[in-house]
Amino acid sequence: MSDQNQKESELEGGAHFAKSTRRTFLSRLGMAGLLVSSGPMIGEPARAESPTPSTPELEGAIPVTLRINGKKYDLRIDPRTTLLDCLREHLHLTGSKKGCDHGQCGACTVHINGRRVNSCLCFAAMYQGDEITTIEGIGQLENLHPMQEAFVSHDAYQCGYCTSGQIMSAVAMLKEPCGPEDAEVKEFMSGNICRCGAYQNIVAAIQSVRQGTAKEKQA
Amino acid sequence: MKQFELSRVDDPDQAVAAGAKATTAQQGADIRFIAGGTTLIDLMKLNVETPRKLVDVNHLPLDKIDSLSDGRLTIGAMVRNSDLAYHPIVRKDYAVLSEAILSGASTQLRNMATTAGNLLQRTRCMYFRDTAMPCNKREPGSGCAAITGVNRSLAILGTSEHCIATNPSDMNVALAALEAIIHIRGTKGERSVSISDFHLLPENTPQRETILEPGDLITHVMLPPPSPGSRSLYLKLRDRASYEFALASAAVVVTVGNGKLTRVRVALGGVGTKPWRSTEAESELTDQPATPAVFQKAADAALRDAKPQSQNGFKVELAKRCLVHALKLATQNA
Repeated sequence: MSDQNQKESELEGGAHFAKSTRRTFLSRLGMAGLLVSSGPMIGEPARAESPTPSTPELEGAIPVTLRINGKKYDLRIDPRTTLLDCLREHLHLTGSKKGCDHGQCGACTVHINGRRVNSCLCFAAMYQGDEITTIEGIGQLENLHPMQEAFVSHDAYQCGYCTSGQIMSAVAMLKEPCGPEDAEVKEFMSGNICRCGAYQNIVAAIQSVRQGTAKEKQA
Repeated sequence: MKQFELSRVDDPDQAVAAGAKATTAQQGADIRFIAGGTTLIDLMKLNVETPRKLVDVNHLPLDKIDSLSDGRLTIGAMVRNSDLAYHPIVRKDYAVLSEAILSGASTQLRNMATTAGNLLQRTRCMYFRDTAMPCNKREPGSGCAAITGVNRSLAILGTSEHCIATNPSDMNVALAALEAIIHIRGTKGERSVSISDFHLLPENTPQRETILEPGDLITHVMLPPPSPGSRSLYLKLRDRASYEFALASAAVVVTVGNGKLTRVRVALGGVGTKPWRSTEAESELTDQPATPAVFQKAADAALRDAKPQSQNGFKVELAKRCLVHALKLATQNA
């Protein structure tokens, strides 16, 4: 399907589009030509003749298959593409944020095989075969993860830019050997910087989930 | 970032063969092994590292921690820092190592970083990281901007007129106090080297940081059996309470018997151009009573050769107090 065909088919669904947010609108346009398959790969034709991705083909691009939030994605990307840039610029999963781009702020935190990492310090092509989870795979608007609910009910953000990274760290932390005290939570969360300084409420939100009181607080 | 070719190896011999084609295994290497990537990708984004080939070693079968029958512990090169820090044997018998690792970086970075990668962690000197500035480590012969520049966080021990960059690792300091042995597979077979001999002083070749040659692959780190009755501890002092590099740190392993220090190992971090084992402090402590006066004498000995720069003179006293306090904590109720 060419970009033009894709745009036309999108425009035909105008009524549906009316409900779209700016972000989903932009995402759909950007998804033109992107190859997404949720089924098994075996027996599928080679992708060399596939439509051009939304980003121009670069010299030296390599075929990469990633599994993200339970979905399989076949891409051709430059080996320099970090997992963060791949998520945001190629797959339009823009929940993971770019802060410092040097592993210092935690805004890009995702899970690889259940463990939290800085996706800005991962080359995407090195994580084929791994299970990657982003904030989009943690919960949805109509079905929030308890940690997302807790962040809402505790007002655990101001501008929200660090929030997806904070939540991804906090969700991973539930399985890590963190002690019960606030001080221990702060230590475990120190890889996620909040420039607005919402730390107090972030700790409170996390503690409410750990103590199983998140629902009550929201009610 | 410069373009590179990415390949993957699944056994150590493949890795050695791939790495052997490099012109150097030191700064400016054209072929690099990549594991956690937490140092390398950071430096590639800054164009401080510009390899044309990356060899992904993440799938090498070197990710185990094994206790040997003679009491030694082998730590695979690919063991992640988190897994090493939380390993039950490490927590129990090598507490200093667990504490050192957990005092560094963040959980995300520790989940990525590997044992071998941490051994090769590069300095945080801002002039090394900035290609617009002169730096003898990054570009031999270009000069050292740190000596006349912002040097508050830089080294006071093991420096030269060419380089004062601090080794930033916490793990390495603990490994120095534990007398770890680094095992390497290279083009001429396998060899092992004490961690004290693994890192090099900058002298007049600061671009050479370790003894590694092209093709050399760190396969594992061996820890000697824990010294019976010993206690170990890592104390780290820094500008904030978490997620910050050390201004000064101390790793101590002590055994106390009949009120005397019978065996002591001391290493300092944040102050040296390499993980700083202090045999001077150890000599002052061995067979002496565990008293503040003795600790102070040892700290004075450890810092005797310190060469402070314009902004880091405070580190001399800070490192002494750090070591004295670490020794006090390690010998309490002993």
